[in-house]
Amino acid sequence: MLYIFCPHCGSRSQNEFAYGGDATVKRPELNKEISDQEWDNFVYLRKSPRGKHLELWHHISGCRQWIKVERDTSTHEIFKTYKADELTE
Amino acid sequence: MSQNFRLDNIGMVDRNKKISFTFNGKKYFGYEGDTIASALIANGVHLVGRSFKYHRPRGFFGVGVDEPYAILQLERNNERDPNIRATEQEIFEGLEVKSVNCWPSVNFDIGAINNFLKIFFPAGFYYKTFMWPPSFWYKIYEPFIRMAAGFGEASIKHDKERYEHKYEYCDLLITGSGPSGLASAYAAAKNGARVILAEDKPRYGGSLLTSDVNIGNQTGVEWSEKIITELKSMSNVIVKNRSQVFGYYDHNMLVMSERIGDHLPKTQKYLPKQRLWYIRAKEVLISSGSIERPLVFGNNDTPGVMLSSAAKEYMKVYGVLVGKKPLIFTNNDSGYETAIEFKKNGVNPLILDTRKEPSSDIINEAKNLGIETKFSYVVVAAKGYKKVKSADIAKISENKKDLSNIENIECDCICVSGFWTPSIHLASQSGNKSEFNEKIDAFIPKKSKQRENTIGSANGKFTLEETINEAFDKGYEVSNKITENNNKVSIPTVVEKKSTEHDKFWCVPLPKGKSYKRFLDFQNDVAVTDIELALREGFRSIEHVKRYTTLGMATDQGKTSNLNGLQLVSDIENKVVPQVGHTTFRPPYTPVSIGAIVGREVGKHSKPTRKSPMHEWHEKNNAVFVDAGVWLRPRYYKQENETLFEASKREAKNVRKNVGVCDVTTLGKIDVKGPDAAEFLNRVYTNAWLKLPVGKARYGVMLREDGIVMDDGTTTRISENHYHMTTTTAQAANVLSHLEYYLQLVWPELNVNVVSTTEQWAGAAIAGPNSRALLMKLFPNTDVSNEALPFMGYKEADLFGIPAKIYRISFSGELAYEVNVESDYGNFMWEKIIEVGKEFQIQPYGTEALSTLRIEMGHVAGSELDGRTIPHDASLEGLVSKKKDFIGKRSLSRSAFTKPDREKIVGVVPLDKTTSIPEGSYIVKDPKAKLPNPKLGHVSASCWSVEYDNPFSLAIIKDGKNMIGQKLFAMSPLKNKTIPVEIVSSHYVDPEGKRVRA
Ligand SMILES: [Zn+2]
Repeated sequence: MLYIFCPHCGSRSQNEFAYGGDATVKRPELNKEISDQEWDNFVYLRKSPRGKHLELWHHISGCRQWIKVERDTSTHEIFKTYKADELTE
Repeated sequence: MSQNFRLDNIGMVDRNKKISFTFNGKKYFGYEGDTIASALIANGVHLVGRSFKYHRPRGFFGVGVDEPYAILQLERNNERDPNIRATEQEIFEGLEVKSVNCWPSVNFDIGAINNFLKIFFPAGFYYKTFMWPPSFWYKIYEPFIRMAAGFGEASIKHDKERYEHKYEYCDLLITGSGPSGLASAYAAAKNGARVILAEDKPRYGGSLLTSDVNIGNQTGVEWSEKIITELKSMSNVIVKNRSQVFGYYDHNMLVMSERIGDHLPKTQKYLPKQRLWYIRAKEVLISSGSIERPLVFGNNDTPGVMLSSAAKEYMKVYGVLVGKKPLIFTNNDSGYETAIEFKKNGVNPLILDTRKEPSSDIINEAKNLGIETKFSYVVVAAKGYKKVKSADIAKISENKKDLSNIENIECDCICVSGFWTPSIHLASQSGNKSEFNEKIDAFIPKKSKQRENTIGSANGKFTLEETINEAFDKGYEVSNKITENNNKVSIPTVVEKKSTEHDKFWCVPLPKGKSYKRFLDFQNDVAVTDIELALREGFRSIEHVKRYTTLGMATDQGKTSNLNGLQLVSDIENKVVPQVGHTTFRPPYTPVSIGAIVGREVGKHSKPTRKSPMHEWHEKNNAVFVDAGVWLRPRYYKQENETLFEASKREAKNVRKNVGVCDVTTLGKIDVKGPDAAEFLNRVYTNAWLKLPVGKARYGVMLREDGIVMDDGTTTRISENHYHMTTTTAQAANVLSHLEYYLQLVWPELNVNVVSTTEQWAGAAIAGPNSRALLMKLFPNTDVSNEALPFMGYKEADLFGIPAKIYRISFSGELAYEVNVESDYGNFMWEKIIEVGKEFQIQPYGTEALSTLRIEMGHVAGSELDGRTIPHDASLEGLVSKKKDFIGKRSLSRSAFTKPDREKIVGVVPLDKTTSIPEGSYIVKDPKAKLPNPKLGHVSASCWSVEYDNPFSLAIIKDGKNMIGQKLFAMSPLKNKTIPVEIVSSHYVDPEGKRVRA
């Protein structure tokens, strides 16, 4: 079980969190004309990298904040965690 | 009753506490502190089971977790427990154990015929034989395999024992209380670290309990007792025996199973039987020791052949002789310790040493004691079926290929020592890639992957001095990193006998003309020939060889077999062991009971139970409850002998005719507040929200980004910047996460806060033509007329002194209101509604009537919004704004969602007006069409329409809009029903919606 550092609460076990997927996905702006392809990419297509991955976790059984976690998908090493509005490196 | 193999003056069992137990129905006795194994051996019993494949007789091979043979089934306190290792299970008064894997008895086992047919049971036998014809599989092969396989029978009763989970944090977890565990725990604890020391056996000390050494002028036993006593007295130390750390998981989380009651006749009051510890440790020291390696020779699985260290432990810990004519077969000095122990207890052993001219302190000691030793000698084969009676021994040539001078000598046990294998399982589980150490012919941990270090013999340190020094240093070093204290304890001096190198020899060649089975894996009956065959058949990867032959796949995870298997593969392949590599170690290190894994999350406790504040009233009024997610909701209120069908019909009818009240507390409620709340809702819902006035509610539908409906509900504008959102019971948690996602990550510029208020409000839906009249009596000071409180209106009012909120919304299609009060007043509100409602013929109604009412009105719910439907499918397209953008809008223009014959919700009525249509039925054109019958859609919900007194269903079918009026068929292959039906509008009752606005 991962041990995730929540920037609001401190280090907590994984079972307090829900996984939220790739944190680098940007939702297309509202009212913007975009192609089917672009929209499909946003809704369905995700990379599944081996190695460093910036991803979202939701501290649902804690502060209920969405946070960004930089994790190695093959070793589970967590390098850094960020608040939702914090700039990532 | 005397025990022929019990020694008088040695051992740690309590001779004052005699304990009787039965094995295969026969009564035996032992002493407190005995395991089943030691007590049986004391009674001269060596035959305890039959092997897995060939049903060969099985005895005892080890003395702890490595035991591959002696797996028994236990009866305790009317519970049955399979897969018990006799070498671990302590005896208690009244214990009943029996052998497994033999029928009709361990002495006469019919399956042993497999032994004579063994030529037909080679590696991959099951893969090759039980292949065809396929029809044989169910009828013949599977029953046969099931009867032949397995270690005992699991109980089918509910396990009444209690198991607990515990979460613990510590600075340092140490796994094993041998010399390295004790020394490091002591050094770290003295330096202020919070330490957990786990020992899998009942006694602390590990190898110190049986080795003839001296630490700081004390015997090993005295020193370990002193250290453990001191550790126990320290407040920063937790010491646990009978506790196996079996799994090393991510981020230094380890799991340990503590056997609290297993050694007692009955679990003690207020204690669980077992406790599973989830330990998050800053640092871990793996001090799990090492396991002696077998030597491989003919019939080396015969009862009476066992590890030499086990024979020594049976003597020193239990005061039990494994034999009176022992043959010691060794390739290193360890066998001599066992031989000397035999000699000290009045038994004359014979040592066969594979080495030519070894010399060390301990070899000299054996010589001085007059122990007969033959060098360059091996055991060729054990003789005897149910117990070793003699052995063929031979001189072996220097190149270890040729045997000469074969002779048969009498013996009653053969104690083997093929050197030591470090237990690197936990290190390996942590991600540590091991490396092969040529000096000890075994793998040891390499660079730490997580925050773990391996010490002592688990790290390949086989002298006590090295072990103690390393352990004291590591204990200090890791504790210093954590506590930054500098309190270093002095390291005691160690006296032990110097030993010499082991012989790199492990497998005795077969003499000419003999084909003895030489076993590698004792639990799964994998012999040398099986591995040879697998390699001949082209299996190369060790992982494939493992799976094909089942080498190391048994419950002992190959603790004694792995390395010899690897040696053999590398010998045949002309490789060195590191090239072959080893298979992956996975948790658990030892079997863990399902009960411990489940803990207390059983039955009712497997999830929380949520109850509304009116729950007690429902109970008192004969409510029959139904699970709605984790909520308990009244399904119907039973009157006399009513069935569910009758009661729900009565309740629904009463709503249509008079007035009913339904507990709707479970609906999700979310407060949405902030200056940008309207803008936010406008983006979340498919319809327009910017112009909703204060005091008005609106029905809304929200989508996921892929265009699928996520949830629906009404949201009311309470004040300028405050909205009260409701969600369905099932989606409440998801919707909140969804809203938080958009507010925190996508549109952080919106000044809005959301919070769940589900538990803050108790809700009652009052529905039916009499509902306004009832409301006038409940709220005499509030104008609830159609003008003052129109459909979708909202008012705050006073309910007999209690502040209440009235929402004029309807799920039933009738004139209806939802009254909310703070949860604590829920029951008060409910009782008032019932009391005042009497004169209007009020009746409470449950979820079944609620469903009936919504189905015949054509209101969609979870069975239609099932994660596959877009607004169009549920006839909600009128709520989809064309002007503004919202979550998921772009998806709605994808081609699949705009097809002209897209599915749509319709009503379905059976032509005979009497046959109910099972939910999930297919709608088809021709019931006799060739299979698979092309289906138009499915029935999502069914009810008995109380308005028309006939069955009515909702269905989502292809091109639904144009199907109305058509005669089709509803087919339920599950219920074997084909029902002719007519497709009608989904709004079966009051399609114009006059009643809700009345
Ligand atoms: Zn948090």
